[in-house]
Amino acid sequence: MSEISRRKLITTGIAAAAGVSGLAVSKNLAERHGLIPPDGGGFYGPGETLTYAAQRILAKHSMAREFSPSEISKPPFANPVDPLGAAFKRLREGRFADWRLAVDGMVARPASFSLAELKSQPSRTQITHLACEEGWSYIAQWTGVPLAHVLDLVGVLPQAKFVVYFSFQHDWWDSLDMAEALHPQTLVAYGMNGGDLPVGNGGPLRLRVPRQLGYKNVKFITRLTVTDDLKQFGQGLGSASPEGGYAWYAGV
Amino acid sequence: MPDSAWVADSAAAVPARTAVARHSALVRVTHWITTVCFLALLVSGIEIVISHPRFYWGEAGNVLTPPLFKLPIPASRASVPTGYGYVLPDQNGWSRYLHFQSAWLVVLSGLLYVIYSFFSGHLRKDLLPGEADLSWRRFSSAIADHLRFKRPTEEEARSYNLLQRLTYLFVIFALFPLVIWTGLAMSPAFASVFPAAVSVLGGQQSARTIHFFVSLLLFAFLLVHVMMIWFAGFKKCTRAMIVGNSGQDKESR
Repeated sequence: MSEISRRKLITTGIAAAAGVSGLAVSKNLAERHGLIPPDGGGFYGPGETLTYAAQRILAKHSMAREFSPSEISKPPFANPVDPLGAAFKRLREGRFADWRLAVDGMVARPASFSLAELKSQPSRTQITHLACEEGWSYIAQWTGVPLAHVLDLVGVLPQAKFVVYFSFQHDWWDSLDMAEALHPQTLVAYGMNGGDLPVGNGGPLRLRVPRQLGYKNVKFITRLTVTDDLKQFGQGLGSASPEGGYAWYAGV
Repeated sequence: MPDSAWVADSAAAVPARTAVARHSALVRVTHWITTVCFLALLVSGIEIVISHPRFYWGEAGNVLTPPLFKLPIPASRASVPTGYGYVLPDQNGWSRYLHFQSAWLVVLSGLLYVIYSFFSGHLRKDLLPGEADLSWRRFSSAIADHLRFKRPTEEEARSYNLLQRLTYLFVIFALFPLVIWTGLAMSPAFASVFPAAVSVLGGQQSARTIHFFVSLLLFAFLLVHVMMIWFAGFKKCTRAMIVGNSGQDKESR
């Protein structure tokens, strides 16, 4: 064996060992600091983990851009409404007076709020951009109770790590980490462009997460569950989205 | 260790054939990582565009607002009016996972390449045009040589010509940064951290539109690049990019 190839072999060996142990150390660190998303396994796990970890480090407290009233999309965006069934129709006919938002899980005082009770809480109004993963977007004014305030009312236990939210549409549910859940712009929204939130846009209640894509903004929410473990929900990937092939973290 | 020891050593083992080194190991490895990632980004990018083949200018745009232009293709979502009577299969899920994973890999390997190029002299020796080349006369003669498909001499083929250098510099330091920037500008979380990086582009929909056009330019580069390699000798060039030399030795040229 010539001298150069021996030297090359040794350097390559050291580099490989350093690389492997470096990866192991960073995986450990990332796990300890909650930087691995629930869908961080599998073939696309490395890309998802890099995106989520990078943004959790960079964008923990950043504020979504807010716009002026003149920038609100005209005409106001409206989605075609999926058939929601007879039960929804009855609630709608009653002007959603019987709509409830249950809050349970790792909280000191589980509760259930009516629409009127939520509207009597301190509110926040913000003009933000909502982008769909398909590529389209709109700007609207949203009014609602900050999710952080709702969580305050029920007393979140210190070990909580995620807020899972469920829709009237049973196949649609999702979850946020505490950084996103406690973010001041994350709203339990009941109003849009000065009126009640239209059913097409998720009314009567929609979780509005302006730092993530549209599909994270689940419509018709009925229940919030605070937890420290996403494994017990659905397939354990944190939301219905990864089960349908979409990333759990949608800040992109 | 003196170089002569290695030459003597290998000369004893192999008959005297010292192949001309063409590309360094790091350039070769990052080149092929970029190739694989670019093809993945291209396929997944096309799939993502198919879900909404309309483009806008400004911050927001949707089916209720006038588009800047539409691609004359069917869509993979029923909510987009395309004029076609059918909807293509929706492939956005894996396309998005693949797009972002490839983006990470190509950005990291691209960073490695750029840092290496600065410190190894690759940028100065192989990419930046020599002072003598920086004249309109040299530039126009280089274009004329290309248009006449004039084959370079063996000596000329050992380094990049003026047009190649300028094109590579443009792709590496203009198109790639721009496609990364416009890609990031579409991200709502990125926009919350660097709002100015979005507004100077004209908004998130403008970023999407620019991203599309820069991707088209990169795709055009890929086509011309492969065409030129075909013209210059596909086997020889590809071998040089895989094993580092083109298989021709100094003695027999």
